[in-house]
Amino acid sequence: MATHTGRLETHLRKQRDAGRKLLVPYITGGFEGWTDAVRAAAANGADAIEIGIPFSDPVMDGPMIQLASEKSLQRGTTPLSIFHELRSIDVGIPLAVMCYYNTVHSAGNERFAHQLVEAGVSAAIIPDMPLEESAQWCVSADAAGIETVMLAAPTAPQERLPRILDRCNGFVYAVGLLGVTGERDELAGTATKLAARLKALTDIPVLIGVGVSNAEQAVEASQTADGVVMGASVMRRLVEGDADAVGRYINDVRSALDSTFAGK
Amino acid sequence: MREMLLSARPIHPFRNYIESMLTTPGTDGRFGDFGGRYVPETLVPACQELEASFHDAWADPLFRTELDDLLRDYAGRPSIITECHNLGRQLGIRLLLKREDLNHTGSHKINSVLGQALLAKRMGKKRIVAETGAGQHGVASATAAALLGLECKVYMGEVDVERQALNVFRMKLLGSEVVPAKSGSRTLKDAVNEAMRDWVATVEDTYYAIGSVMGPHPYPYMVRQFQSVIGKEANQQCQQLLGTDPDVVAACVGGGSNAIGIFSGFIDTHARLIGVEPAGGAAVGRGVPGVVHGMRSYLMQDEYGQVQEAHSISAGLDYPGVGPEHSYLASIGRAEYPSVTDAEVIEGFQLLSKTEGIIPALECAHVVAWITREAPNMQGKTVLMNLSGRGDKDVAQMMDILG
Repeated sequence: MATHTGRLETHLRKQRDAGRKLLVPYITGGFEGWTDAVRAAAANGADAIEIGIPFSDPVMDGPMIQLASEKSLQRGTTPLSIFHELRSIDVGIPLAVMCYYNTVHSAGNERFAHQLVEAGVSAAIIPDMPLEESAQWCVSADAAGIETVMLAAPTAPQERLPRILDRCNGFVYAVGLLGVTGERDELAGTATKLAARLKALTDIPVLIGVGVSNAEQAVEASQTADGVVMGASVMRRLVEGDADAVGRYINDVRSALDSTFAGK
Repeated sequence: MREMLLSARPIHPFRNYIESMLTTPGTDGRFGDFGGRYVPETLVPACQELEASFHDAWADPLFRTELDDLLRDYAGRPSIITECHNLGRQLGIRLLLKREDLNHTGSHKINSVLGQALLAKRMGKKRIVAETGAGQHGVASATAAALLGLECKVYMGEVDVERQALNVFRMKLLGSEVVPAKSGSRTLKDAVNEAMRDWVATVEDTYYAIGSVMGPHPYPYMVRQFQSVIGKEANQQCQQLLGTDPDVVAACVGGGSNAIGIFSGFIDTHARLIGVEPAGGAAVGRGVPGVVHGMRSYLMQDEYGQVQEAHSISAGLDYPGVGPEHSYLASIGRAEYPSVTDAEVIEGFQLLSKTEGIIPALECAHVVAWITREAPNMQGKTVLMNLSGRGDKDVAQMMDILG
């Protein structure tokens, strides 16, 4: 059971309870310029940052994050090289890693949890580790004080959601649509529907991710949810531009959220 | 290990009274420590629904009759057993081939695909997606889709699209769409990734027809049940022909569906079970347990868990993982997983063609290569080989290699 409230959840709850909508950008670790992008995102209003550990077979990711992962791996990125660089980054907001389960399995649950602690990471998001496969990891993560963010999908029957929420800490990642990560023209209707189902069941921050593609969609999603995770649209700025482009983008989204929800 | 396990077991007259080594996974979908269901949350309800639907269908005599009728009247089952007198004499063994190459569409893949396509219809799905390596599963899927009126999209690695142009054309002729997978190694592993990404987005109306005993639960179990027809027939045929079980049962292993299919008929006998892997894709032989494509199984990977690219002359075996039940059978010592090189495979391909007038698929030429190499240690023994596919699809590639 998820009993403790860790650094990520404490921080996100505090921000939310102060009336702020939560913004969590995703950045692929090891991609050229990624540490600068992390700093730029933090400086421009991110509430936490999700660091992707690139994997050879990212089945939940669309073309942009696949490309970023492949390029990062070509540069020789490993989980250890990312952790090493993370130790020298202090951006003042909590960090989570996003990785596929084989990265954890390969290191061993316990060792991986300790590596996260040593790198200053608060939480892990493991998109191919559903509830039924999470027990072993969660024992190690709980013992090490690492929060495990669980994903909830639009396909989940109602009885499944409380069980997911029971095991979840940090925030609950509401998968916005049926599909993989990537930018879409419109926010899917499934996104806010799922967020509303989750909000009715929990006090844990509910963030919509996958398919939240611009400031306008972030605002739309945040009408129901506590905030958003944005990945492909952030990485496109880094892939096509640089860390400054990421900073400007995060600043735009932050401003849109703040101006819409100010005082509410 | 194997000797110990076998000696502890009652011998074959009593086999009806002992627990079978053919495992039925529980709700955790595991064969020992292998298998499971490592999929994105979006797909969990779909896998659970499939599990329930399969159990329901498999227990339904009407479904089984419908499938058996299709296997007989459409796929051409039962497949025959051919004794290789020429090659057997040359090698000093008795060599029998289970002729899955004679099935409609030319391989064992049709056994599973007909079952899965019937199941898809029973579940009310309108569309199937599939991955393919050599194109045999893609062709079988396209065939079943054409027969049963389903829409079909097949993902195939870009490299394989090039080396298996004939099968690509066959799939298109059958009315399916073929989508080249352009990521990673651009072979079977990447075709699986693309098919899974498609399924994540289309799960409500789409059935994912996995081509082997791999993927998340219930696929490894379900595909084994569909392929067990090979072993069931072969066991009966061996009793008629030999009056006993063969000494050795051998098949090639990529994901491992044809091997599990024939192994299932002999798992509780004394026969040695041999799964032959390509040297460049020896998941059991050289891998360590890992998690990819929804399952925990032996996997070729680096020290950080990055999946390595397999390299094999045969597109159908160009896969860095293996079905979880094979990992289990290897871990308990019930089956052995040797490997052969591409050079040995090329020899085996020509050997069976010249001595018996049977051109094997390159995948099956792996088994011929192993039998040839091991024959000095098997003198006088009876070897049953699963000839899981015909070699027509590989002729153009072999023309280039042999000049």
